Amino acid sequence: MGAANYDAIVVGAGHNGLTNAAYLARAGLKVLVLERNPWIGGAAVSREIEKGWIYSNCSYVCSLLRPEIFRDLELARHGLQIVPYGGGVSITSTGDILGNYTDHDVQRREFARHSPRDGDSYQRYSTDVMRQCKFIRPLLLRTPPDPTSLKPRDIREMLFLSKEFRKLGERVIYDTIRFYTMSIADFMNEYFESDLIKAHLSGSGIIGTALGVYSPGTAYVLLHHYMGDVDGSIGSWGFARGGMGSVSKALAAAFTAHGGEIVTDAPVDRVIVRHGKVSGVALTNGNEYHAKIVVSNLDPKRTFTKLFSEKDIGASFMKRARNFKIRGSSGKLNIALDGLPVFTALGENNPLRFGDMHFLDSLEKMEHAYDDWKSGTWSKEPYLDLLMPSMTDPTMTPTGKHWMSVFVQYVPAQIHGRDWTDADREAFKNTVLDQIARYSPNFKSLIRHVEVRTPREIENEVGLTEGNIFQGELTMDQLMFNRPFPGFAQYRGPVGGFYMCGSGTHPGGGVMAAPGANAAREILMDLRRPNPVPEGWRDD
Amino acid sequence: MKPEMLVKEHYRTAVYQTPFHPRTSQLNVLNEWHRWKDYTIADAYFDEALEYAAIRNACAVFDLTPMTKHRITGPDALAFLNRLITRDIAKIKPGRVGYCVWCDDGGKVIDDGTVFHMRPGDYRLCSQERQLDWLTRSAYGFDVSIVEDTHDVCGVALQGPTSCAVLKGIGCSGVEKLSPFAIGWYPFAGGELMVSRTGYTGDLGYELWIDPERAVALWDALFCVGAAHGIRPMGTHALEVSRIEAGFIQAQVDFMPADQAIHQDRARSPFELDLGRLVDFSKPNFNGRRALLEEQKRGSRYRLVRLDIEGNKPARSAYIYDRKRTVVGTVTSAEWSPSAKANIALASLQMPWGLPDDELWAEIYYQRELKWSKVMARCRVVPGAFYDPPRRRATPAADF
Amino acid sequence: MTDHKRILIVGGGHNGLVCAAYLARAGREVLVLEAAERLGGAAITRSFAPGFSVSACAHLSYLLDAQIHRELKLATHGLKWAHSNLRTVALAAEGEPLVLNGAQVEGGKLGHDDADALVAYRRRMLRFAQVLGRQHNRRPPRIAGGGREEVIGAAKLGFDIRRLGRDSMREFLRIAGINIYDVLEELFESPQLKGALALDAVLGTNLAPRSNNSVLALLHRLSGEAMDAPGGLALPAGGMGAISDALAHAARASGATLRTGAAVKRITLDGDHVSGVELENGEQIAAGVVVSNADPARTLLQLVGARHFETGFVHRVRHFRAKGMAAKLHLALSGLPTFKGLQASLAGERLLVAPDAAYIERAFDRAKYGQCSPEPALEITIPSVHDASLAPQGKHVLSAIVLYAPFDPRASGDVARSELMENCLQVLERHAPGLRQQVVASELLLPADIEQEFRISGGHWHHGELALDQLLMLRPVPGAAQYAMPLDGLYLCGAGCHPGGGVMGSAGRNAAQAVLKSERAA
Repeated sequence: MGAANYDAIVVGAGHNGLTNAAYLARAGLKVLVLERNPWIGGAAVSREIEKGWIYSNCSYVCSLLRPEIFRDLELARHGLQIVPYGGGVSITSTGDILGNYTDHDVQRREFARHSPRDGDSYQRYSTDVMRQCKFIRPLLLRTPPDPTSLKPRDIREMLFLSKEFRKLGERVIYDTIRFYTMSIADFMNEYFESDLIKAHLSGSGIIGTALGVYSPGTAYVLLHHYMGDVDGSIGSWGFARGGMGSVSKALAAAFTAHGGEIVTDAPVDRVIVRHGKVSGVALTNGNEYHAKIVVSNLDPKRTFTKLFSEKDIGASFMKRARNFKIRGSSGKLNIALDGLPVFTALGENNPLRFGDMHFLDSLEKMEHAYDDWKSGTWSKEPYLDLLMPSMTDPTMTPTGKHWMSVFVQYVPAQIHGRDWTDADREAFKNTVLDQIARYSPNFKSLIRHVEVRTPREIENEVGLTEGNIFQGELTMDQLMFNRPFPGFAQYRGPVGGFYMCGSGTHPGGGVMAAPGANAAREILMDLRRPNPVPEGWRDD
Repeated sequence: MKPEMLVKEHYRTAVYQTPFHPRTSQLNVLNEWHRWKDYTIADAYFDEALEYAAIRNACAVFDLTPMTKHRITGPDALAFLNRLITRDIAKIKPGRVGYCVWCDDGGKVIDDGTVFHMRPGDYRLCSQERQLDWLTRSAYGFDVSIVEDTHDVCGVALQGPTSCAVLKGIGCSGVEKLSPFAIGWYPFAGGELMVSRTGYTGDLGYELWIDPERAVALWDALFCVGAAHGIRPMGTHALEVSRIEAGFIQAQVDFMPADQAIHQDRARSPFELDLGRLVDFSKPNFNGRRALLEEQKRGSRYRLVRLDIEGNKPARSAYIYDRKRTVVGTVTSAEWSPSAKANIALASLQMPWGLPDDELWAEIYYQRELKWSKVMARCRVVPGAFYDPPRRRATPAADF
Repeated sequence: MTDHKRILIVGGGHNGLVCAAYLARAGREVLVLEAAERLGGAAITRSFAPGFSVSACAHLSYLLDAQIHRELKLATHGLKWAHSNLRTVALAAEGEPLVLNGAQVEGGKLGHDDADALVAYRRRMLRFAQVLGRQHNRRPPRIAGGGREEVIGAAKLGFDIRRLGRDSMREFLRIAGINIYDVLEELFESPQLKGALALDAVLGTNLAPRSNNSVLALLHRLSGEAMDAPGGLALPAGGMGAISDALAHAARASGATLRTGAAVKRITLDGDHVSGVELENGEQIAAGVVVSNADPARTLLQLVGARHFETGFVHRVRHFRAKGMAAKLHLALSGLPTFKGLQASLAGERLLVAPDAAYIERAFDRAKYGQCSPEPALEITIPSVHDASLAPQGKHVLSAIVLYAPFDPRASGDVARSELMENCLQVLERHAPGLRQQVVASELLLPADIEQEFRISGGHWHHGELALDQLLMLRPVPGAAQYAMPLDGLYLCGAGCHPGGGVMGSAGRNAAQAVLKSERAA
């Protein structure tokens, strides 16, 4: 039984764990990152499952990664390149399309094809959503204040928040409150008349979320997908060249460049607590590592239900952890293709294929998909977010070959209350492949390999409870000062020296790296060290 | 929408050419174009300065087809417009045009434009920005039809002292009797040519409206007759100089359309744009009325002023200082005025600055041979247009 | 032509009557104009079959404001309870019904800790409901802009939340925006108990247990109990119309004039000021102030007209969500039905058919696509058990709220009505075998019928959905949440304003105060 001493131990080498570790190491701490898998990256990985094909087999696109952190940790020097992709389209069952175009006038005409009025409404919609983005972006790299606290720092942050809020002006304040609480469908109804346009834009309101388009609270989820940017183009998404694993690789390089140490194949069994304080962690093989600071990159539910015993954190806290809402609502297929599928509605060489593709008709159809999930099965007509990254990124497949990333909404963590079986998984796979094939006749003939990931596989491999991509639902009860738990939103756990840095903390998931950075700020503050974590750039 | 804009493959043409393009492209020897909404429009054809000179000395033609146009008809057209727009539209009789602004509920300007009362109850609203969303929202509760017909109507501006003579020459007999802001209709090439005595240059001038099939014929007729009257094509650069001389404002340049302003305090009210004359409180409810009454009571936050700035360095994007100490505003548009031989600018100043006796200074940066210099230049507030020739209003219009 | 002294109240619903009573007490000349032949709006008792009367829309009193009850002396004006502090029975098609009496629970199938958890749950929810309840008789503050009064109003609201104490405040901020399903899942085991508790959170709304905002809707419902509503959950003697009668009596006693059969066609204007109303029969009545008890859309878009307001405001009013999802079932019965496993003595309590939360959710899932629930959830009362005035001797009236019925059914109204009636009877028969044979006469009001009969746009009980984005200073719409509309002399006093629906009266009282306050300011 070996033992080694560190200043801080980070459990889990996901992108937030690595970000957190990098900042701690840069501040001069001796930091160890322990990873259960033989590889690092958590859900930001590039994996060669089929020989010659590299899949971003969990998260697959990048927009929210904070540029402040990108620059601060010199991720470019460590090999990270984010490449924007254009395009994106919804294809209807009647063969019509609604495309995304970067050119303002072309986009307007595309909307106007479906409703002349909606063509002009899009401008108002964009402005209103942008206002919300500008409001929230400065909050991403700030620790949420506790509204029940009277500590000077909390009061100062509350004042900052209320100042930002008041700056919006009375009318926009009301719009903001409404935006944070209403359903994406109601929100769209206030702007558009075309059902296709509403449905097309609503996809971002449900991705990764156990809510339907008619559920209040989904408008915020849309914002969560819009508030990122690629080089200042707010709401744009890009690929990490070489797959999402490049993000983790670059963060790990930044960490090790500052003297950090990563151990893989090292599953942590428990956090060692002595006299109400952490003193290190024990691995499943019995090895122990000691440190006065332990940071968990795991989701809050897993962190507390798996790494702690009830006597360490108390029964009521354990109950909260068990009740943390982290629902499996999505799955993923990664498909190796021998060539480019042709989508009938698009014809060949259509630039829209470079972006996210969906097959949808109306909000109602999307809501039906949610009903299936509620009743305990995967959607019979799921909402797909389909991308072919190899069209943009030449490093991912053999030349002339392609891989397709298919994100599937909704997929429950259990089927009618029981665990997934391999037969379920096969049936689920066919549901998705059949839907794609209805729009692309040559698709099935090009398939070379399919990796099917239901919540079961994602949980088993990545460790995300129920395979929830955000490490916890993005609903009002789990956002800002409520994330992950009211009173514990400032990255500190219920035990001295214990911290949380995963997407289960503010500001949530989406490969932002902000939770990891924010947690580092709090840790260093507790150690009375200078704070090296950048605040968000002012966004005027 | 044009039919080709309504097919799936419309993206293959991102930017269209106006129906005048066969002629404008021949004349544009500089091959300088820019994007105006869905179309390409010439920046300059052969020489900016000479194009400008034509506006003030002979006449010049500007392709304004991309201007956003909406046709507003139906029993409630007048009531609709009167609720939409801050001035009293009932005073715009058939055959007349009115310059106007419209506001949001907060009394901030969404856009400015012109209302053409063509035939009784039949209106056209021309604007810089697209307005179908706002107009349709505003139409709830009115029996009114609103159609965006930007692509169905072509327009050219014919501006300058000899413009009336040219129009007479192409067959618009009696056009000289049109007073400013009047509309006339003339048979042309088997169709109808609508002529309004309007423009963006502050000179004698007209805007001509024609269906796309007759666009080239109109252009040819103008240039055929105009050859004897010094006609020239003009691009946006020449137009820009003349509109600043006339003291006209432009959306996205001198003010931020209220519905596109991310930050609410970036928008401006009509009073803050020196357009208080366009607000008529004697009529009941219209968009912005309550907020504007309140503003009148409490005072505005900004003032738009026209500045005559010492020296000859255009004050583009300059800060304006009070007594060289405090920044009190910024220049929104600035040019050297060839006609007034003045260094002119439009600026938005915080209240209470902008009164004639204020000691205002512009901080101007300019470059000569790659060397940047800064001057502080004294500014004088000018009450009206910088250049305002009597021929602009004279009715009947003279031949030159 | 404007008569500056007179105040007109359009609509003699309970809020209109409360408003009239307070204004008359303050010495104003008040005239209430009610379109129907009887006062009371949605709080009326009417006949639906020879000899059978029923509370035709609202059928239980649980939100009546204690202060209004006291100030207007409603007891003196004749309001009596036929039965008060009703218990709630969760019926069971199989097994034993569960009886809830406040925090006490008996019978049914309960989990090990459910009874204790219920005590804690009720205590906590009632404290949270009290936060809402304390706002009932206050004008909601504007968030920004406005003067000292707004700041004080906002501070009071903040203080009410703050004084919950740190842990409760945290819990309040956590759950206020979410759904009842998740909250109940955290606390209880028994599906039967969770079904019963969930139903309270969605009754009369466009929500299912899993819809966010359902906790808020529950707190609204509980705010009556939290503020000690007279009678608790109660059946007025003579049906809900008795509350309206007492209010009308109080208003008249203070000097208000109440006219029925006077349908207002439009609210007339003189420039940007209201000048009175025009009735359907052409009669013009001048007034300096018009207070409308009608719903926001009807008042602003129909009676006044969109053109008299600004575009942005009209857009907000048009998108005020106000489509009802609840139907109302009335059965005339030849005898008292026998519910499975239920003592006859409990048949007069509040009976629920909501065996579990998923049952309600499934009912909702059909209705959101314009279909009637195949297996509706029900809130049933048989008021004739306690009130002989409602049915002939030995016979009974069953009144039930039916979840869910779409406002615009895909099928025609007639098809939907008969389909839902049949679905209801099947569900009832399952819980009370033989009930079908006891039915002498029946009536089912779909939301569209409720719209028609009670003149509520969308047929929504609360005049509009109770949701975070339509509450307090956002109700009905921002910029018009303080009773005064953006048209001089026009006020709203109905459930479409803060604090929303339920037979409470607070909106009427607050509106009266807004009228009086603006008089003082002028």
